[in-house]
Parts: sequence; structure tokens; C-alpha cells
Amino acid sequence: MDKLLNDFSVGNAFWMTILFVGLILLLKKFAWKPILDSVEEREEGIKKALEAAEEAKKEMQNLNADNEKLLKEARAEREAMLKEAREIKEAIISEAKDEAQVAAGKMIDSAKASIEQEKQAAISGLKKQVAELSISIAESVVKKELASNNDQLQLVDQLLEKVTLN
Amino acid sequence: MSHMQRKFSMKKLAFLVFFISGVVFGQHHEEKTSHTTTHKEQNSTLSLKEEFKKFKEHHIQDSHSFDFVSYKNDEGEKVHIGFPLPVILWDNGLKIFSSSKFHHGESVAEAGGNYYKLHHGKIYKTEANGLLNLDEHHHPTNVKPLDFSITKSIFFVIAVALLMFFIFSKIAKSYKTSALPTGLGRFLEPLILFIRDDIAIPNIGKKHYKKYMSYLLTIFFFIWIINLLGLTPLGVNVTNNIAITFVLAIMTYLFTTFTANKNYWKHIFWMPGVPIPMKILLAPIELLGTIIKPFALMIRLYANITAGHIVLMSILGMMVIAHNWLGSSLSFVLAFVLSLLELLVAALQTYIFTMLSSLYFGMAVEEHDEH
Repeated sequence: MDKLLNDFSVGNAFWMTILFVGLILLLKKFAWKPILDSVEEREEGIKKALEAAEEAKKEMQNLNADNEKLLKEARAEREAMLKEAREIKEAIISEAKDEAQVAAGKMIDSAKASIEQEKQAAISGLKKQVAELSISIAESVVKKELASNNDQLQLVDQLLEKVTLN
Repeated sequence: MSHMQRKFSMKKLAFLVFFISGVVFGQHHEEKTSHTTTHKEQNSTLSLKEEFKKFKEHHIQDSHSFDFVSYKNDEGEKVHIGFPLPVILWDNGLKIFSSSKFHHGESVAEAGGNYYKLHHGKIYKTEANGLLNLDEHHHPTNVKPLDFSITKSIFFVIAVALLMFFIFSKIAKSYKTSALPTGLGRFLEPLILFIRDDIAIPNIGKKHYKKYMSYLLTIFFFIWIINLLGLTPLGVNVTNNIAITFVLAIMTYLFTTFTANKNYWKHIFWMPGVPIPMKILLAPIELLGTIIKPFALMIRLYANITAGHIVLMSILGMMVIAHNWLGSSLSFVLAFVLSLLELLVAALQTYIFTMLSSLYFGMAVEEHDEH
């Protein structure tokens, strides 16, 4: 302790105090403050950049999700459209079939009717012809004067052979 | 004659080692084991030991001139290689003169009609004949004028301050052009960040650490650089000057005291949460504690660096005095290992000083909830 006190130099302490306080103040102004400030600024910048990157990533994910959704919607829509188209097609086909059936029925009906008509007309024509023929046969028979019964019958047969319907 | 020559070459070698290591010779406490030594040799060994002892004392002490090396030439005169430093005395007026006037304590210096003599690193006022009145302990009883000289320590503090200012202001400037550190800044920036992130913020807290950063950074780099330079061949010890560590410690003390909040003082004078008699008992203890803390800072740095230098010098001295191949080479290896250890101590003591300072600052600004 005695040696310590003996070694202690007031002059050294005096200069050291002045020099050291001066050094702290000078370094504070010209070194520490600018260094710490720029380091902090850089750290802030890095932090911000990282945050921005994270944000961008999130946005990207959102965008992707959106795209996915849109795609899904589009697909669904297409599906719906196709389904609708198919339905329409079927409806058209079945309608057409129905219509065709109806038309065919009508045609058949009208054909039947005309056949019936023709038939009636033919029958009535036939009837008329038959009547005429009968009358002419009867006429010839009458004209020949019925020589014999056999002759008469022969004549009828001959006449009948001549008759061709239609 | 051949003995003398061998002695002489040994001496030369010794001074060479001193020059290389930057550490002067220490004393050694081992008796010479060789039984064949002559009386003459023993005498010269003794004088060598005496010389080492003086060297060591001289090395530990501050000095008024900057000597790199000193040796005895062929005529037995002491030769000093170095340069003088200004002596500034306050003795009924300012007296400024060059320390070369002392001739390393061998002659009396005259300034403004007063006479001064250098004795063991201290300046005493004497008569014109330069006689010192010594008491029974061989301490001069002469008047000591107030000595404000730029001594070796102060000279070195100035040099380190300039160096630090140059380096760190340059680094600061480099940030203006690029956000990343360049050159030396690449090495020093991690250290700055270490002090901020691992010393200041954990101990002081994010809220208050900023106002202490300049002090912590300055003290860290100052002590570290000066400790490291103390291990160089320049042979300068600044941190084993008690006045220097005193100033460093007192700064921590003053900074702690003047930035302390109400809470800090409350915990010293009226400790919350203990009975009133205890409060009264604790107050002086706590108050004393505030002074003991920086005192310990001062002594710790001083003692560690001084002890390191003394041990290193003693081992280097042994290397020369041992005077045989085994002892000398062993001492050399030991000195080498110890030098490496001193590098660690230099950094460790710096870290401890900075760490404890920030711990005390942390205590000063701590905000307690009521217990």
C-alpha cells in the first residue's frame, strides 16, 4: 500500500484524466457515433429487407392460391358448361325424336287414310265394273237367248274367264 | 581474460534478449548449483543479479525519458538509446525543461534558479550541489515539487490516443462510402458489435445502453491496445502505472454515480424489503461498496499487468543468470509460454474491466419493481 501510494503520480493522473476524457469525447463524435449509427442503419436495412422478402413470399403464396382457385373455378365452369351442353344436346335429340315420331305417325295416319280412300275408291270402282260386267253378261246372255242351259252356263264361264279384276 | 570475454558476450546476449523481448531482466532467487565456480565468477554473477534487479525496478517504474535500451559500454559508462521527454514542474511557478538535463539521474538540472535531481524516477528539489538527504530507509527527505511531466506513460497514452483516433475515425469514414466495413474495420467491427451485443446490452439493458457505449468502447480498445503494446519490444507499461488505472477506475465510478437513478440510491441508503435496523446497518456497507468496486477495478488491472511483467522479467533474467544450456533453454521455453499467457491476460483484463464497468452501469440504471 505504501509502495502504491508512493508510486502514485498526481501529474500522471492529471494528464491521464485530460487525455482520456478528450479521447472519449473525440472518439464519440468522430468514431463511435458514426460507426454505431451506420451499423444500426445497416442492421435495420437488413431487417427490413428480410421482412420485405417474407412479405413478398406471402404475397406470392397468396397469388398462387388465387391462381389455384381461379383454375378450379374455371374447371368447374367448364364442367358445368359441358354438362349443360350435353343436356341441351340430349334434350334436342329427344325433342327431335319426338317430333319425328309425331311426324311419322301423322304420315302413317295420312297414308292409312289415303290407302283407305284408295281402297274405297277401288272397291267402289270394282263394284261399278262388276255391276257393268254383270249387266253386259246379262245382256249377252239375254241376247243369245238362252238356247240351252248348258250353253248358258258355258257362256257364263267364258265370260267369267274374260273377267280380270283390274 | 577468456572468462571476462565470455562474461561480456553473455552480457551482450542478455541485452539483445532484452531488446527482442522488450522486457528487462529480473532477479532470480536460485543459488548457483555449480561447485566449480571461482570467486571471481560469483562476484560477477552477483553484480549481474544486482543489475537485473535494478533493471526490473526501472522497468516497472514510470520514467522521465523514453529509453529503448541502455547498456554499459567498454569504458563502463552507461549508454542510453532513446529520447528525452519534457519535464513540467510546478514549484512557485511553472518550470519546463527537457529531461535530458538530468542525464538519467546523474546530474543536477537547473531551471529558473532552482535545482532538481532525479532519484528512482522521482524529482526532488536540491541545492546547487545536488545532494539528497536520505533518511534511514534511504528515502530522500527533500521537497518534491508537483510533477506534471510528460512521462513515458503519458507519452504513450498520447501515442495510443492518437493511434485510436486515427484508426477509428478512418473506419467511421469508410462507412460513408459502403455499408460494409472495409480493411481494418472488418476485424474491429465484430469487436465493436461484441461489446455492444454481449457486454453492454445484456448488462445495462436495451433502454439505457446507448449513452454508455462511447465510454465502454473507448475503455476497451484503450486498455487492450496499451496492454498489447506493453508486451512489445518497446518495453512500455502503462497499465501498471497506478495513476493510470486510478483514472480509468474513477471514470467508471463517476459515470456510475452521475447517471444513477433514484432506485440505485434507494438501494444504497434505504434498502427496501428489510427491517429498519438492517436498513441503517446496510447503508454504510452499501456506500462503501460503491467505492470498493472501482477500487477493485483499479487494483485488479494494475496488479495483473504488473505481476505478469515481473514474472516474465524474472524468468528472462533466469535465462541469463542460469548460465548453462539446460537452465537457459528451459527459461527460454518458459518465457515463451508465459508471453503467450500474457497475451491472454492482456485481453482478459481488458474484457473484465469493460464487463464490470458495464455491470456497474447496469446497476445504476436498473429499474426494480417494488419488492
